[in-house]
Amino acid sequence: MSGSTQKLGVSRLFAGLVLGLLAYSANAAYQVNFQEPATKLAHTVYDLHMMMMYICGVIFVGVFGVMFYSIVKHRKAPGRESAAFHENTTVEILWTVIPTIILLVMVWPVTKALVSMRDATGADITIKATGYQWKWGYDYIKGEGEGIKFKSVLSTPREQIDGNVPKGEHYLLEVDNHLVVPVGKKVRILTTAEDVIHSWFVPAFAVKQDAVPGFIRDTSFRAEREGTFRGQCAELCGKDHGFMPIVVDVVSQEKYSAWVAEQKAKMAAAADDPAKVWTLPELMARGEAVYLQNCAACHQPTGKGLPPAFPALDGSKIATGPKEGHIGLVVNGKPGTAMAAFGKQLSDAEIASVITYERNAWGNKMGDIVQPAEIKSHAK
Amino acid sequence: MNTATTTAHGNFSAHDDHGHEPGGIMRWITTTNHKDIGSMYLWFSFAMFLVGGCMALTIRSELFQPGLQIVQPEFFNQMTTLHGLIMVFGAIMPAFVGFANWMLPLQIGASDMAFGRMNNLSFWMLPPAALLLTTSLFVPGGAAAAGWTLYPPLTIQQGMGMDMAIFAIHILGISSIMGSINIATTIMNLRAPGMTLMKMPLFCWTWLVTAFLVIAVMPILAGAVTMTLTDRHFGTSFFNAAGGGDPVLFQHIFWFFGHPEVYIVIIPGFGIISQVISTFSRKPLFGYASMVYAVAAIGVLSFTVWAHHMYTTGLPLTAQLYFMYATMFIAVPTGVKIFNWTATMWGGSLTFETPMLFAIGFIFLFTIGGFSGLVLAMAAVDVQMQDTYYVVAHFHYTMVAGALFSAFAGAYYWLPKWTGHMYNETMGKVHFWCSFVFFNMTFFVQHFLGLAGMPRRIPDYALQFADFNKISTLGAFGFGLSQLLFLYNVIVCIRGGEKAPAKPWDGAEGLEWDVPSPAPHHTWEVQPVVK
Amino acid sequence: MTMHPDEPVAPVVVKRNQSTLLKLGAFAVAMFGFGYALVPLYPVMCTVLGINQTGVTDLPVNTQIDKTRQISIEFDTNVHNMPWKFKPLVSHVNVHPGELIQVTFEVVNNRDVAVTGQAIPSYGPPLAGEHFRKLECFCFNKQTLAAGEKRDMPVVFVVDAELPKEITSITLSYTFFEVEGNQRSASGQGAAEPVKGGV
Repeated sequence: MSGSTQKLGVSRLFAGLVLGLLAYSANAAYQVNFQEPATKLAHTVYDLHMMMMYICGVIFVGVFGVMFYSIVKHRKAPGRESAAFHENTTVEILWTVIPTIILLVMVWPVTKALVSMRDATGADITIKATGYQWKWGYDYIKGEGEGIKFKSVLSTPREQIDGNVPKGEHYLLEVDNHLVVPVGKKVRILTTAEDVIHSWFVPAFAVKQDAVPGFIRDTSFRAEREGTFRGQCAELCGKDHGFMPIVVDVVSQEKYSAWVAEQKAKMAAAADDPAKVWTLPELMARGEAVYLQNCAACHQPTGKGLPPAFPALDGSKIATGPKEGHIGLVVNGKPGTAMAAFGKQLSDAEIASVITYERNAWGNKMGDIVQPAEIKSHAK
Repeated sequence: MNTATTTAHGNFSAHDDHGHEPGGIMRWITTTNHKDIGSMYLWFSFAMFLVGGCMALTIRSELFQPGLQIVQPEFFNQMTTLHGLIMVFGAIMPAFVGFANWMLPLQIGASDMAFGRMNNLSFWMLPPAALLLTTSLFVPGGAAAAGWTLYPPLTIQQGMGMDMAIFAIHILGISSIMGSINIATTIMNLRAPGMTLMKMPLFCWTWLVTAFLVIAVMPILAGAVTMTLTDRHFGTSFFNAAGGGDPVLFQHIFWFFGHPEVYIVIIPGFGIISQVISTFSRKPLFGYASMVYAVAAIGVLSFTVWAHHMYTTGLPLTAQLYFMYATMFIAVPTGVKIFNWTATMWGGSLTFETPMLFAIGFIFLFTIGGFSGLVLAMAAVDVQMQDTYYVVAHFHYTMVAGALFSAFAGAYYWLPKWTGHMYNETMGKVHFWCSFVFFNMTFFVQHFLGLAGMPRRIPDYALQFADFNKISTLGAFGFGLSQLLFLYNVIVCIRGGEKAPAKPWDGAEGLEWDVPSPAPHHTWEVQPVVK
Repeated sequence: MTMHPDEPVAPVVVKRNQSTLLKLGAFAVAMFGFGYALVPLYPVMCTVLGINQTGVTDLPVNTQIDKTRQISIEFDTNVHNMPWKFKPLVSHVNVHPGELIQVTFEVVNNRDVAVTGQAIPSYGPPLAGEHFRKLECFCFNKQTLAAGEKRDMPVVFVVDAELPKEITSITLSYTFFEVEGNQRSASGQGAAEPVKGGV
């Protein structure tokens, strides 16, 4: 794809013509084509799309050239008689056969591209992307970095969304933990989902794969250049469908190895001692962080919820009732609602801290402490 | 080809003898007259069009600029869902059933539809269904918010608004099946002597094909939503992996309905456009027979391509390839239609009254929609575009510039027959040009948004999408307001205006122009004989 | 001249209309049935195409071991909204097609009540499922784990030698779902039901 830079230029020019009156194509904000490709496959898709555009454009100009000639020249005028023909077998056969041939010409390179697109074999690294309402979880399953797992949550502050502060450069396309992959390596992405269907979409890689709960699907990419690439969930998955972006950092092999080492060290440090007895301030601090990452989307940072779909926690019977019921609900979830069973998503320490937080934040002043050790015995 | 009739105009004694029929509101509730029912269908669909349009404007208002200003995400999702359901099942489909009711008996020389009381019932099922859909906004949890495609497991999570939507779909489905059975029976059994199938106006042909499509696929949609309902409440697991089901199964069933459905809403439009183009070109339709075959071919092929809506769900490669080839094959009969319309205009004696403007606008914009459809059919390219605004732009080019513009063409074309008055031509032309310009302003830029990677069904977006969204929103408001012009024009036309002759368009052909304008309450009680 | 509006057409036509009505009505009903027929047809199609197969015992068709190539099998585990820990004891194995392999998965119910789950297998790439023959698998049956129980569960499988050459790695993924018979009837209330007391 050596000519891709030149092709980009040509396509900009073409798109600018299409835009016509809005001759703003030089302005980056008025982007009129695909994002700049970062994989070989994305280049192929880009070129295929341009090929289709040119072919369609020529046909369009041809057909409507004829029609507009007719509109101009065959207007009703004094003495004008309309022709009476209404059939011509030769012409009709021609305009059935010729489009068929054009389609066959078009479909050949697309078939080739599709076959290479679906080839997820020979991967260097396999990563599972799990869709949650509303965040992504990543598990490095095989290859360098095996064992790393983390969640990736929107990091755009609420104030920006509400318009109280100016929006940042990567508004709604920024997350706390980026997916990091090495440049030039084939990365296989397995998608699945916890609750509803999501879709893992990074435009610059030409990768989009639905994540279906209960099943895995696979796709792959090999990034050609380093950089940060941003995408979004592409399948309607409920309230915050628009707020679960995907951010991929493509880095050099050395940086990737360093990142893996750093993650491993972090994970070892973060492993909580199950026997540790926590204090209320410790639990509250940890709990607030867990709450904002996992609970605030529905129940709101204020604890007021969005009734009736997402009930308030502030003053709720469960958060101010017996601990057992509260633990049970958080651990096991409420089937048929968006309330997930966090018992499998979070560690006991995280559950204990978030429950403690919910029981002592806002207007809730229970004053009690839930220790990690209690989670096992009190669930259900 | 079917102009010659032996009918004396004396048949249409303007006997307004409604003496034996109830007056006032009861007339409309109990009527079995195809013209009354047709009018009710048309008014109902226009009302739904305005309701769905207001929802669209709510969506566009929120998307005017980045950030959440007007509605919250849950409500936004309810708006996109209801907008889709109402426009497809409440506006477009009933509009064409209205046209069919009014025009089919007139065009084939029948005194009425085959089943008058069923006709009445199928109309009167619509208002309760519309009520269910709109009032579901006010129940706890709000209306269905899973998109009009209703993919599980999201639908399983939702509140009673989802159940109301499911019941509404059941009612709308039964209504359209009854309407279609009525239409098919009328066309097959009640044609005037000498009106052979291949002499029928193209509108009749397109509706015959459409009727069979409706009867074939609406029950499948009913099945799909019933399965959703039992999954929700009765412990079945059709779409639940835990019980051995599969969420993707729903998508297969839905699109097995859904792809023929998109032809259901466009094929009657093909019929209207064919007649309008021929009339204002003052030339017979080019390739009548190939038009009929093309429509039939599109109808049959529409059953074989459903999974091109599902390229990213993880279909096996072989399935992707098959659906890609099959989908591209549909471009051939569609292309034939475009070429035939162009050839009909060629060498004609053209004038450009409002129906003709809408017809040409239809061909122009529908072709753009067809090309973007071709691009989307290419599975490898579709991966970039699936579930982005490119898809939104594509199907609005076919649904709005396709189905809606053809409905406007038909409405202006037959308004003189319905009301007995000519509509205001200038206002009609202004309506067309406003619709055309604002339509493109709204939807053309959405292609760019989709290419740049903006997903659909999101209430807020990244900053690089801001400029085109602004243009699109301004266009949407312009488009919405333009439609009030149409409403005003119709009302003025009903109340008075220049008297319309029986045949207001000199190039028009067909039996409907042999009855006076306005068409009397009862027509063709003695069937004409077509030579 | 005018006929009575209620009898606009001759009785013979009425009869013909009714017969058409019956036929078209029957067609509509049949299509409703066809919608449901798609449900059993779907797994058949999936089996033919080798995707989303739920576990049934396969017979080893060809035990000829193909030493010329090696396939990497990766194991992936998920639990769907239930309080179990579930993991493979090895993350991946390298096998020759035709080789009989046993691997073990460990599942822990670390809550204090018995829970029943059903594992659903899934393959990536989906095509591989067609050539993945499981002789023994915990996914053939529901698994009930007592409170706190830890269980090692085996899977015995053969990747048959017919596996297309271009496939060099396969992911076998299991997702455990809770089976509780009556739990889902309560779930039907949906999110709209005001949850008493919140959380």
